[in-house]
Amino acid sequence: MTRHYSAFNLLREGLRGHKGWGRAWRSPEPKSAYDIVIIGGGGHGLATAHYLVRNHGITNVAVLEKGWLGGGNTGRNTTVIRSNYFYPESAALYDMSVQLYEGLSRELNYNVMFSQRGMLVTAHSEPDMEMAARQLNAMRLNGVDAELLDADQVRRFEPALNFGPNMRFPIHGGILQKRAGTGRHDAVAWGFARSADAGGVDIIQNCEVNEFIVEAGRCVGVNTSKGEIRADAIGAAVAGHSSALMKKAGVELPINSYALQAFVSEPLKPVLNSVVLCPPFGTYVSQSDKGGLVIGGGLDRVPSYGQRGNMPVQEAVLSGLAEMMPSLSKVKLLRHWAGIVDVTPDSSPIIGPSGLDGLYLDCGWGTGGFKAIPVGGWLLAHLLATGKHHEISRPFDRNRFVSGYLIDEGAASGIAH
Amino acid sequence: MQIFTCPSCGARDEREFHFSGELGKVRPNTTGEVNEEEWATYLHTQGNELGAVREVWMHMTCAELFVMERDSVTMEVLSTTPLRKDVS
Repeated sequence: MTRHYSAFNLLREGLRGHKGWGRAWRSPEPKSAYDIVIIGGGGHGLATAHYLVRNHGITNVAVLEKGWLGGGNTGRNTTVIRSNYFYPESAALYDMSVQLYEGLSRELNYNVMFSQRGMLVTAHSEPDMEMAARQLNAMRLNGVDAELLDADQVRRFEPALNFGPNMRFPIHGGILQKRAGTGRHDAVAWGFARSADAGGVDIIQNCEVNEFIVEAGRCVGVNTSKGEIRADAIGAAVAGHSSALMKKAGVELPINSYALQAFVSEPLKPVLNSVVLCPPFGTYVSQSDKGGLVIGGGLDRVPSYGQRGNMPVQEAVLSGLAEMMPSLSKVKLLRHWAGIVDVTPDSSPIIGPSGLDGLYLDCGWGTGGFKAIPVGGWLLAHLLATGKHHEISRPFDRNRFVSGYLIDEGAASGIAH
Repeated sequence: MQIFTCPSCGARDEREFHFSGELGKVRPNTTGEVNEEEWATYLHTQGNELGAVREVWMHMTCAELFVMERDSVTMEVLSTTPLRKDVS
């Protein structure tokens, strides 16, 4: 059975009618006990399994997924990967993720199609330009490269943007992070799954966690739809459903769940070079390799677990796109979806002990979980393997909500929610 | 657009409404000592229930705060009742 993906094996399998490719991962029945159990078979959970094998040599691991792999927010985002944040703690976190993404296709032997086409955040007034310079300087001080563009440079870089005389918010310039870009969402989940499975991890789909087994104040396992599974340490990476899952463990979280919508248009010839965010309109857009425009914006303002969006936000996002690029105003949409995102008070994630011994969290990523998949997995794996924080995850412990040391990227980076 | 019902103004477009918070949070008594855990819980911890929820909403055009019972999965509105005691 052929497992390694290479030009040679493609040729060899081509000559044999492609009959020798094995399954990318097994579908085992769960054992009654593992060293480590991870709840959530999305990007973060699967990445955790991969890094437990690769960084810590722990292979007696199960990933429990109530649906199918990557069927939650991993399949419901706009695939943007970037690290244009303000605070040093965030820069360390998100830039590590971008750097891990840079080597990911090779590491996983799976093409995650990370395309570093750049991300442009436009500025629409002179005060905006001053704030852009401040943001840029903060990024550079934190070791993240970016460039400040003036209006002419923005026009040369993204000529499809609206530079018309009647634009309500004329473009004065922008910040360009060249290393940012987009990836292929399914490939990220599947690549991590395949690699973890090859390392011996059991990936168990259609297995829902119903309750946590607590003995002497410590979480020692879970009851699932496929029976009882015990573990020395348990990690949860379930995004928008973190509050609902943690309630079963008696743990309450500082999280509100909201729907975040995204849209894909009919395929077009290349019209965009990068990911463009125009803050006054609350809309951002990139163009996929198939040619579809991938469009996103702010949150629905109604707390929700229903994986579909509401009309006011659709109207705001799409009218914003028509103002950003009037030439796209007649483009038809093909698909539209919403994911349930876990929003914390400071728009930064929660990584660390849950409050119940033996149970660890990787959640609260809100609208930006996809870009953080490798680093989320790396840090949760570190916590599960050692029981201690990695130096990058320590500031993101949930105790910051008690100490008051918030990392308020919602305000600092102008995240649109 | 979804239609929400303001207890004062009746059925209106959802864009006129603002989610203010979950119902039932009690502010710690700040005339005495409040420890950090208690204050953090009051400020940040959310029920964030899946299914039936009871929330405080504002109808921004009349500024009336009221209680809305919803289903957070189906988005169905179950009831809206005024918070003010003197409103019938």
